[in-house]
Amino acid sequence: MSVHTPHPDLPPPLSSVGFIGWCRSNLFSTPMHTALSLFAMYLIYLTVPPIISWVFLDATWVGDTREACASSTGACWVFVKVRINQFMYGFFPETEYWRINLAFGLLIVLGIPLFLKRFQHKGKLAAFILIFYPIITFQLFSGGNFGLTHVETSKWGGLSLTLILAGVGIVASLPLGIVLALGRRSKMPIVKSVCVVFIEFWRGVPLITVLFMSSVMLPLFLPEGTNFDKLLRAMIGIALFQSAYMAEVVRGGLAAIPKGQYEAAEALGLSFWKSMGLIILPQALKLVIPGIVNTFIALFKDTTLVLIIGLFDLLAIIQQAFADPDWLGYSIEGYVFAASIFWIFCFSMSRYSMSLEKKLHTGHVR
Amino acid sequence: MSETDNTSSQSQASGDVTIQMRGVHKWYGQFHVLKDINLEVTRGERIVICGPSGSGKSTMIRCINRLEEHQKGQIIVDGTELTDDVKHIDQVRKEVGMVFQHFNLFPHLTVLENCCLAPIWVRKMPRKEAEAAAMLYLEKVKIPEQAKKYPGQLSGGQQQRVAIARSLCMNPNVMLFDEPTSALDPEMIKEVLDTMIELAESGMTMLCVTHEMGFAKTVADRVIFMDGGEIIEENEPHEFFNNPQSDRTQLFLSQILQH
Amino acid sequence: MADEKRTVSEPAKPALWRRPAVRSVFFQILLVAGIVYFGNTIFQNTLNNLEQRGISTGFGFLDQEAGFGILMTLLPFDETHTYGRTFLVGLLNTLLVAGLGIFFATLIGFVMGVARLSRNWIISRLATIYIEIFRNIPLLLQILFWYFAVLRPLPGPRQSLILNDTFYLSNRGLYMPSPVYEQGFWLVMVALGIATVASILIARWAHKRQEATGQQFHTVITVIGLVIGLPLLAFLVMGMPLSWDFPVLQRFNMAGGMVIIPELAALLVALSIYTGAFIAEAVRSGILAVSHGQTEAAHALGLRPGSTLRLVVIPQALRVIIPQLTSQYLNLTKNSSLATAIGYPDLVAVFAGTTLNQTGQAVEVIAMTMAVYLAISLSISMFMNWYNKRIQLVER
Repeated sequence: MSVHTPHPDLPPPLSSVGFIGWCRSNLFSTPMHTALSLFAMYLIYLTVPPIISWVFLDATWVGDTREACASSTGACWVFVKVRINQFMYGFFPETEYWRINLAFGLLIVLGIPLFLKRFQHKGKLAAFILIFYPIITFQLFSGGNFGLTHVETSKWGGLSLTLILAGVGIVASLPLGIVLALGRRSKMPIVKSVCVVFIEFWRGVPLITVLFMSSVMLPLFLPEGTNFDKLLRAMIGIALFQSAYMAEVVRGGLAAIPKGQYEAAEALGLSFWKSMGLIILPQALKLVIPGIVNTFIALFKDTTLVLIIGLFDLLAIIQQAFADPDWLGYSIEGYVFAASIFWIFCFSMSRYSMSLEKKLHTGHVR
Repeated sequence: MSETDNTSSQSQASGDVTIQMRGVHKWYGQFHVLKDINLEVTRGERIVICGPSGSGKSTMIRCINRLEEHQKGQIIVDGTELTDDVKHIDQVRKEVGMVFQHFNLFPHLTVLENCCLAPIWVRKMPRKEAEAAAMLYLEKVKIPEQAKKYPGQLSGGQQQRVAIARSLCMNPNVMLFDEPTSALDPEMIKEVLDTMIELAESGMTMLCVTHEMGFAKTVADRVIFMDGGEIIEENEPHEFFNNPQSDRTQLFLSQILQH
Repeated sequence: MADEKRTVSEPAKPALWRRPAVRSVFFQILLVAGIVYFGNTIFQNTLNNLEQRGISTGFGFLDQEAGFGILMTLLPFDETHTYGRTFLVGLLNTLLVAGLGIFFATLIGFVMGVARLSRNWIISRLATIYIEIFRNIPLLLQILFWYFAVLRPLPGPRQSLILNDTFYLSNRGLYMPSPVYEQGFWLVMVALGIATVASILIARWAHKRQEATGQQFHTVITVIGLVIGLPLLAFLVMGMPLSWDFPVLQRFNMAGGMVIIPELAALLVALSIYTGAFIAEAVRSGILAVSHGQTEAAHALGLRPGSTLRLVVIPQALRVIIPQLTSQYLNLTKNSSLATAIGYPDLVAVFAGTTLNQTGQAVEVIAMTMAVYLAISLSISMFMNWYNKRIQLVER
């Protein structure tokens, strides 16, 4: 019997590790890759330094007038700085900005516990946010009672309007989407076909035609003399449109619930609505949170379309700022600013939904 | 099959070496997976490689058909040295068949198409011929009636037998088995092992990474024990199991033979 | 829903309203009644409203003279043509931008999707950056950016950026030479036709021979040679019967040649880049869906990387990619309606925009517009269902 002495670990050959090894295997593994890498580096060299100097180094940050930017070759962020309030709050009276801040502050405060691991009542809190928070926000925005001055919806605008439209779209479409999803899975032929037709109709047409429809056709549908708000019409259109997409997301979640869960619920003697409400939907909705976040991202980007029917969301309000004769020729700055705001929102949400997906995949073994 | 034992030991004596590994080292990043591997396999020899998981046994046989690159040392298969040269790699892969733990059948092709793919595109065989040959091997592994089915329709054991037939269709000189029964239910292990035993009896050179010690005892000419990336002990099966030389081998054997 | 079968030895029959089957019929009748009532109310309201505003109904307006011009048309069109023709012109413009967009988006998407999986770190990083930037910025913003920030500020025609005296880029668009087919060009077209037919025949023959003898034939090279070579030969034989109509700079504008108007260019660039990012993700997920074991098995069998890709990876990846790809094509077609924001005369801009404003017949116009998009998306989803059934992997 011999006692085995393990062979010592040797360091790998220099050419395969460290910076050189890394470059060799990741950049210069074959002549073609070498050529590609060099080409890409050249491309980066051509584009990145000018962009950085335009955005940061040569840009003008201080000043209040166009003259401040006259001498610089970089971006003129003064343009954005001067109008930042309008971009954020639209034409809301300046003295009432606190109401918008309060509404979004409240959302953040209410939302934080949802991300805390130890918080127990996530479901209840989420329901509160979905049902009561919109009412509070509407009061804050619109005013008219509790001593708040009334603010016309035509004065709402900017980023706050974008967020409102996306928020309303998602909150309003969720219940409708759930009903449609259940309907589409129903065994009753008429219910099923009505839901299928509804869903496929909205998914088949572009949002812009829906917005046109809600702005020109909706007034025709209602009894004579009823006249209602342009913003509300857009919201109805968005909510209907979105509900079809939401229905498909929820349907995916319902389909992912194992059949045993349905059977178990039935075996416990629960009625259809009780088994859905208590057993199936809570699980299905949890599964589709990433999907909901993804549709929210799509909706968030799509809200920009209200520009075409004359509402002033973030993009529209920036677009109309270009027409200001004092600030002609700064459109790139405006677009870059808008793009970065949208990008930050969408990118962080998509990362969040990806991390959720990962968590669900590991947590839900079937 | 003591006669084949004799022939193989004779051929060993005559030096008919199929696979040669000399001082092979391999690293995954900083991790030293294969340490100074020296191995010679003669034609017709059946070798079983065992060892705890993570000991480098799979990596070693995967180096033989260059699914993994080694960074130091020499691997020569049938006189062809494995280098970066694509021609050499092609040459070796034509001669070396491999069976995987998870079968890796192509799910979009039927069983027959799975078997014919490489003969047609690599050996440039006419389809008719390739199909006839494939049917022959499918009969050998006892599932000719499944030829028109898709892999998804077969049981695990059947799939693994198709995978063996698929490799055989290339008419290889050497077969590598990478834990061919580890992903199978117990009742299916036997059908695969039977196929492998039959193959061994036909004189195929085989390198087998497996935990099936029964298979090692009945079929192997040589058992190799690996741990920590190195070959610790190699011996003919009887000696290996009854009289292990190293303490590591002893420990390993006591662990796996307990139950 | 429970439809319990109670056939066993006459248990007490429940009251009518407690039987699931009865309930379900009742519920459905209620639903239908609700929908009919709702639809009828809307219908009556609409009729009243239209009457009040003095707007006529029906599709008679399609035969009336439109009286407006359109920036870019594929059909001959002027003010004297009908509203019906504006529909057609708009539809063709939509199809044009969608078709071109799909082509470029697919190209960008496949290149970027494969690049993102490249072993080359810098290439895969660049592809990732492209994808993450462009799919997270609203499409409309991108369209407006290309139009108002890039193409419109270009210098006027007199200060065009000129390449080689053939391409002129200005705020009026990209002018380039247009081909003029002279007598004898027909032979080139005939040659192209013959080459195409011959290629198909050769491909079949090569396949048959390969099946029979195992010999392989470089079909791709031969076909490329044929399709390019034969027409080229005909072209030379006929004495090069093709000339180019070069754009010429005149006092205020360009004359001759062809032009891609900036509206089309902006829309096309934005649509292709935006959708390309999504297609790249689809391609990536498709390729990743093919497990590494498949490639290894193919390599172990001796297949070269090229054959592995063609015979093993791509057929499997396409099953994942194609459904996503078609839904992206559908999105692109629907998104092309954003044209209206920059004045590219697509279906929505021309028909649901100008025509609707002039006639006021919102219901008919919107219905026709929506019907077009619905028809496109329904036919695509029908294709998808058919395709999915066809490619479904057979499993136990």
